[in-house]
Amino acid sequence: MARGRIRAKLRKSHLYSFCLFRSSGSGGQSIGGPGFSRTVYCNEPQVLNQKPYRSNIISTTKYNFFSFLPKALYEQFHRVANLYFLGCAIASLTPLSPFSPVSMIAPLAFVVGLSMAKEGLEDWRRFMQDREVNSRKVHVHNEEGGFGKKTWEDVRVGDVVKVEKDQFFPADLLLLSSNYEDGICYVETMNLDGETNLKAKKALEATLGLDEDDNFNNFKGIIKCEDPNPSLYTFVGNLEYEGKVYAIDPTQILLRDSKLRNTEFVYGVVIFTGHDSKVMQNSTRSPSKRSRVEKKMDYIIYVLFSVLLVISLISSFGFAVEIKYSMPVWWFMRPQDADEYYSPKKPVISGLSHMVTALMLYGYLIPISLYVSIEVVKVLQATFINQDIQMYDEDTGIPAQARTSNLNEELGQVDTILSDKTGTLTCNQMDFLKCSIAGIPYGVSPSEVELAAAQQMANDQEDQGELKTLVASKKEKAHKSPIKGFNFEDNRLMNGNWLKEPTAARIMLFCQILAVCHTAIPELNEETGNYTYEAESPDEGSFLVAARELGFEFFQRTQSSVFVREKYTASGKPIEREYKILNVLEFTSKRKRMTVIVRDEEGQILLLCKGADSIIFDRLSKDGKLYLEDTTRHLNDYGEAGLRTLALAYRKLEESEYTAWNNEFQKAKTSIGADRDAMLENAADMMERDLFLVGATAVEDKLQKGVPQCIDKLAQAGLKLWVLTGDKMETAINIGFACSLLRQGMKQICITESGSEDKQEVKEDILKQITNGLEMIKQENDPHAAFALIIDGKTLAYALEDDMKLKFLGLAVECASVICCRVSPKQKALVTRLVKQGTGKTTLAIGDGANDVGMIQEADIGVGISGVEGMQAVMASDFSVSQFRFLERLLVVHGHWCYKRIAQMICYFFYKNIAFGLTLFYFEAFTGFSGQSVYDDWYMLLFNVVLTSLPVMSLGVFEQDVSSEVCLEFPAVYQQGPRNLFFDWYRILGWMGNGLLCSLIIFFINIIILYDQAFRAEGQTADLAVLGTTMFTCIVWSLNCQIALTMSHFTWIQHVTIGGSIAAWYIFLLIYGALSPRISGDAYQILVEALAPAPIYWQTTLLATIACTLPYMAHIAYQRCFEPEDHHIIQEIKYYRKDVEDQHMWTRERSKARQKTKIGFTARVDAKIRLHKSH
Amino acid sequence: MSSSTPSSSAGGVGSADSAAPRRNSKRPKYSKFTQQELPACKPILTPRWVISAFMLVSIVFIPIGVVSLFASRDVVEIIDRYETACVPDGYKNDKVTFIQSNLTKQCNRTLTVKKRMKKPIYVYYQLDNFYQNHRRYVKSRSDSQLKENSSWDDVSSCKPEDMSKDQPIVPCGLIAWSLFNDTYNFSLNDQQLAVNKKGISWKSDRDSKFGKDVFPKNFQNGSLKGGATLNPSIPLSEQEDLIVWMRTAALPTFRKLYGKIEQDLQPNDQIHVTLDNNYNTYSFNGKKKLVLSTTSWLGGKNDFLGIAYLTVGGLCFFLALSFTVVYLVKPRRLGDPSYLSWNRNPGGH
Repeated sequence: MARGRIRAKLRKSHLYSFCLFRSSGSGGQSIGGPGFSRTVYCNEPQVLNQKPYRSNIISTTKYNFFSFLPKALYEQFHRVANLYFLGCAIASLTPLSPFSPVSMIAPLAFVVGLSMAKEGLEDWRRFMQDREVNSRKVHVHNEEGGFGKKTWEDVRVGDVVKVEKDQFFPADLLLLSSNYEDGICYVETMNLDGETNLKAKKALEATLGLDEDDNFNNFKGIIKCEDPNPSLYTFVGNLEYEGKVYAIDPTQILLRDSKLRNTEFVYGVVIFTGHDSKVMQNSTRSPSKRSRVEKKMDYIIYVLFSVLLVISLISSFGFAVEIKYSMPVWWFMRPQDADEYYSPKKPVISGLSHMVTALMLYGYLIPISLYVSIEVVKVLQATFINQDIQMYDEDTGIPAQARTSNLNEELGQVDTILSDKTGTLTCNQMDFLKCSIAGIPYGVSPSEVELAAAQQMANDQEDQGELKTLVASKKEKAHKSPIKGFNFEDNRLMNGNWLKEPTAARIMLFCQILAVCHTAIPELNEETGNYTYEAESPDEGSFLVAARELGFEFFQRTQSSVFVREKYTASGKPIEREYKILNVLEFTSKRKRMTVIVRDEEGQILLLCKGADSIIFDRLSKDGKLYLEDTTRHLNDYGEAGLRTLALAYRKLEESEYTAWNNEFQKAKTSIGADRDAMLENAADMMERDLFLVGATAVEDKLQKGVPQCIDKLAQAGLKLWVLTGDKMETAINIGFACSLLRQGMKQICITESGSEDKQEVKEDILKQITNGLEMIKQENDPHAAFALIIDGKTLAYALEDDMKLKFLGLAVECASVICCRVSPKQKALVTRLVKQGTGKTTLAIGDGANDVGMIQEADIGVGISGVEGMQAVMASDFSVSQFRFLERLLVVHGHWCYKRIAQMICYFFYKNIAFGLTLFYFEAFTGFSGQSVYDDWYMLLFNVVLTSLPVMSLGVFEQDVSSEVCLEFPAVYQQGPRNLFFDWYRILGWMGNGLLCSLIIFFINIIILYDQAFRAEGQTADLAVLGTTMFTCIVWSLNCQIALTMSHFTWIQHVTIGGSIAAWYIFLLIYGALSPRISGDAYQILVEALAPAPIYWQTTLLATIACTLPYMAHIAYQRCFEPEDHHIIQEIKYYRKDVEDQHMWTRERSKARQKTKIGFTARVDAKIRLHKSH
Repeated sequence: MSSSTPSSSAGGVGSADSAAPRRNSKRPKYSKFTQQELPACKPILTPRWVISAFMLVSIVFIPIGVVSLFASRDVVEIIDRYETACVPDGYKNDKVTFIQSNLTKQCNRTLTVKKRMKKPIYVYYQLDNFYQNHRRYVKSRSDSQLKENSSWDDVSSCKPEDMSKDQPIVPCGLIAWSLFNDTYNFSLNDQQLAVNKKGISWKSDRDSKFGKDVFPKNFQNGSLKGGATLNPSIPLSEQEDLIVWMRTAALPTFRKLYGKIEQDLQPNDQIHVTLDNNYNTYSFNGKKKLVLSTTSWLGGKNDFLGIAYLTVGGLCFFLALSFTVVYLVKPRRLGDPSYLSWNRNPGGH
C-alpha cells in the first residue's frame, strides 16, 4: 500500500515534458476510408447497427474439435513416406497385395496415430492455455450501471473495462482515465517487446473526468479508427465525445498482453478484441526447422526409394516374363482360368499390376517406423535436457527447456554461435564501480577485465596447470557485493568521509546530480527499510543506489518535487532537502544526455545534466573545463577496463534567464505542427550550454555468471562466437575484452564507414577495407596470430548487400572473433542468414530480448535466455536456458550425445530394414516373381513394432560414448559432430553394405540348409512356414546382436530391451502357435512341434547370427586397433582408470585437447605464455 | 499486495523471494535415470576381448561343424530320377501327349543299396521346377473348409477350383486339385516292402487343421482332372498324402514325404520299384525323383551345415591369429594418448 500512497494524485504531465507525448500528427484525414473503417460505440456494445467484430476469445490452437481429424491427417500425409504407405494400405485391400490388409494398415495406423496423438496433445496444451487466458476475469461496466466481473472471452468491442494494478489488459483499450488526476498510467510491455522498463501512457484531456465507476452510466462516445493491423507503435483514430472530435494517438492505447504497473486502476474502452488485437496480429508461427541429419535422412530415403523402384522393376519384369513364358505350361496354376493378373495373354498388364505388389512387398526397405521411432526418441532426449539438474538455475528457478524436440542432434553439429550481448553475455545489471570527481579518481574495486588481466599476469609465471586456480578465483569473484547495482569501494567517499576531502563541495554536487537528475520513482522496501528505485534504465538505478550509499538518499517524488535525505552533513544530522522540479529534458538516443532544471531550497535554480562524455564536453563553458583533462584521462582508463561511462555537469541559472527561456520552451511545447519537435529541441539546446564539468561515473556492465569460462570451453570445442549487439562500438569492445573474445596482441580489423555522403564512395571504401583485411591475414605467417573483426551497423548495412556480402563473410570466417555493434534486429537476422547460407555450417543464435527474435528464428538453432527480460525470445526459440553458461552443457554434452545417438540410430535403422527387406526380394526370385512373401504377415507386422524397435530406441535415448564429465573435460570431442563423422555417406553406405551382406548371409544359409533335405530326424522336409520362421529367427538374432555390438553403454535398460526383443520373438511364436490354426495358419504349433525339437533350427540360428555379425566385429576391432577415434582412446583411459593413476597425463591431455583456439581466456593465457617464452 | 508482486526495481532485478515456492517446483528432481547416470557396463573391445571372442567362436564352431558333418555323412541316400526313363521310347519327344493319354503309366525301376540303411527309411518324391510357392497357388485353398464340415461351402479363396457343377468342391483350390498322384510299390527279393504311410504328416495338421468329419466331395469330378483323387469315405484328417501336399513347399525344388519303410536294408540289396508315373511334370520340364533316405539326428544329408560351421570357425580362428600377430607386431598401448586426434595432427601445438 505504501507505493500507492506515495504516488496518489501525483501529477507528472510536466515531468515528462516533451519526449513522450508526441502527437502522431498524421491521423485524421484518412479515417473512414479504406483500412480505417472501424467504428466503436463506446459503452454500448449492444448497439444494433454495430458491425459484429470478432469476439475476445483467442485461440492459438491449430485444430478444433471438428477440424482435427482432417487437418491432422493432411499434415501427416504431407510426408512422402507416409503417402507411400497410405498408397500401400489402400492397395492392400485389392487382390494385388502380397500381405493381408491388416499387416499394411496396422503399422500405418500406429505410426500416424502416434504422431497425431502427439500433435493433439500439444494442441490440447495450447487449448488449455487459451482457456486459462480466456477465462481470466476483468471488471466490465454493465447495464445496471456498476462494474461487474466478466471473463475475458465475454469482453466485447465498446465495453468499458476497469483494469487494476498488475493486471493484464484483456484487449487493446483506449485509455480514458486512471487513478492519477492527469490520466497517466504505467505499462509494462515485456510481453510485446521484451523491454522491462515501464512506459507511461496518458489519457485524453477530455476523458479525464471519467475516473469513478458512477461516471460511466451516461458515457457515450464513438471511436473511429484504423482496422486491425500488426503495427505496435502506431495508431490512427479519433474519438467523438460530447459533440467534439479528439484525435487518438498511440499514447492512449493500452495493448493487450501488457501489464498495468504502478497505477491503481485505469478505465478504458475496448477497441480491438481477440485476434484483432495488435499483439495477436503480430504473432507469427516460428518457422519449423529441421536438423541437418534429418535433411540428409531424406536423401537416404530417396536412395532407398530408388532401390525400391529398381528392384520392383526387376521383379515386375521377371513376373511378366514368367507369366508370358512359364505360366502357360504351369497346368497346376490353371492358366486358362486365370484372371487378368495372371493371364499369360496379357503379360504387360500383369507386369504393371505386379509393380504395385512389388512396391508393397519391398516396402520394408523404407522403415515406416523410423519416423515415429525418431520422434519418440527425440521427445525422450528432450525430456533429459529438461530434466538436467545441472542446467537448472537456482537463482531464477528456471530449468533448461527443449521447446522443440526436432533439433536435439543439431546441437551436436554447431559451428558458429551468434550471440546477443545484453542479457545474454551480460546481466543487464549495472554496478556503480568507479567515479571521477573534480579530477580525482575514486573507487578501488577492480572490474572483471582488470581482475582477469591481473590473474593472467599471475599465471604468466606458472605453467598451464594453474587454470584451476584461475577458475576458482573467478568463482570467488562471482560472490556479489551485498548491494545490487553498487560495487564501489573507497574509504575516501564512504561513510561520510567525503566531507573531509578538499573537494567536498564538488563531491556533494556530484551526488546531488546523481540523486536528482533522473526520472526514477522510489519504492520503500518494507522489509529492509531501504528504498529501491524504478528506473528507466539500469544505469540510472545504479546511480541512485550509489547516491544513496554515499549518503544522498532519494526517497520521495511528488508531482513537482524530488526529496533527498542527506545523511552526512556538516552538522551531523540528516536533513531532508526538497528540489522543485521545473523542467525535465528527457534522455533520448539522439540527444545522449538528460537534464533537469530544479530550484533548491535556497531558491537557486540549477541545471543538472548527465550524458555521454563527447556531448557534455562540447557544451562546457570556459570555466567548466577545469577538470576536463583529468576527467578525460580517467574516462579512457575506465573504458579500457570495460566500464560504461557518463559525464556529469551542472550550471547555475539566474531567475530571469530561466524565466525567459521557460517562456520560449512553453511556447514550443504548446505549439502544434510538424516543427514542434525541432522547436523543443532547439529550446533545450539553448539551455544545455556553458556547463561546468563535475565528474564522470563508471558503471560495470556485469557479465553473467560463468560466461568467460563457458566461452573458453566453447572455443576449445572448436566453435566460433560472433557477438551481435545493439551497443556502441566501445562498449562492445569492452565486453569483448571482458569475455576474452578480444585480447592484447590480437589484430583488430575495424571496418567503419567513412562518413561520406556518396553511397558509392562509401561502398568502395568499405570494400577496400575488407580487401585490406584479407590481405593482412594472408600475409600473416605466425600460426598463433589471431584477428578480430569489428564492424558497426551502418557499415554492416553496406557489407550485407548482395555484391559485398560474400567477401565480408570471407573475411569474417578468417577472424577468430567477430563483433558487430549497433546492429538492428533485422541486421542480426541478416547476419545470421549470411553465416548460415554462406558457410553452409550450422549456426546457433542465442539471445534474450524481442530484438533477438529474428536472429533466433533465422538460425538453425535458436536459443532463448529465459531470464529477466520478456518471453519473446524464449517463445521464438527452440531451446531455452536461463544462463548463457548452460550453453556449454547443452552443446558439449547433450548436443554431442544426441547427435551420435540419432546418427547411429538412423544408420542402424536403415541397416536393419535393408537386411530384412532384401531377403524378401531374394525369395521372390524363387517364387517366379509372384510376390509371395516368405514370412507370415504377423512376423512382418511385429518386425518393426516389437522385435527390433526397442533396442534401437534405447540406443537413441541412452547411448553415451563417453560420460558427461569427459565431454566437458575434452570439449574437443565435440568436433566429431560439426565434422559429421558419424553421419557421412561413407558411414551410411557402410551400414547399408552391412545390411546387404547380412541379408545375403541369412538368406542363403537358410535356403541351402533347408533346401530339400529333411530337417529333422523324423524325416519331415521344410515347408514355407518352417523356412520363413527359421529365417526370421536368424534375422531377429542377428539384428539384435548387431545393435549390441554398436552400443558402448549398457544399463539395465539396454539389457532388457535387447534380451527382451529376442525373448519376445519366441514368446510370440509360442502364443501365435497356440492360437487356433484359423489365425495362425501354417505357423500353428510351429515352434513347439516342428522347430524347437530340431537341432538344425538352433544351429542355423547360431551360424547365421555369428556369420552376420562377424564382418562388423572384425571391422570395429580393426578400426579400434589402427584408427582409434578420440572417444575410443578416452574410453580406454577411463576403463583402465589411467586418469586416476596418471593424473599428470590426464591433465596434460586435457589441456592439449584444445583446438587451435584463439579466443577464450585459455587462449589468452597461452598467448601470454608464448610471449613470455619467446623473450 | 505491493510486497507480493514482483517488480523491476533498481538494477532491473525482480524480487526473488515472493515466487520462490512456485519456482522450486520447477526444479528437476534428481534421479540417476533423469540425470543419465544409471550404472552401466561399458565394455570395450580390447585386444584380449577381440582375440578371446574370435577364439571362443572357433572353439565352439569347429566341433559343431565336425559333428554335423559326421552326422550328415552317416545318412544314406538313394536318389532315382525317373521322369524320362518312365516314358516309353516312342513318346520321348512328346512326353506331354504320353502323360495325358490313357496308356499305361506303370514303370519298373531297380535301386541298389550301396550302404547299410537303418530303419526307418524315408521315402520321398522330389519335384523340380514346380512352383508350389507361387502366390496364386499358395492362396488357392480354404483352411476353414478343411477343418470344419459346417463351412464346406466356404470356397471363396479357391478360384478357379472352387465349384464343380455348381457344387462346392471339398477340398477346394489349386493345391488340392494338383495333388501328386505317382505311386510307388517296393519289393525286395520279390517280397513286398511295406511302406508305412501313417505319420508322415505333422500331428498338429491331422489333429487341428484337417477335420475328422470332413470328407472329400465333388473332388476331381470336373472336366479338367488335376492330380490324385481322394477316397470320399476317408476323412481328410486321415488323407495324409493330401496333408503333406497341402504344406506348400518353400522353393520350386522340393521333397515331400511319401512314406516310411520300417525295415533295414543291407548293402547290395536290389529294390524293385513299381511306380505309376501319373503326374504331369512334362509340361514344364520338371524332374521327378524318388528318394530313399535315412536320417541322422540332424535330419537328412546336409553337408553344407557342417562345412559352414567349419568355415566360420576357421575364419574366426584365422582372425584371432591375425589379430594376435598384429597386436604383437604393432601393439597400440591401450589408452595411449598419442593417438588422440589433437596429438596426431601436428601444428596444433
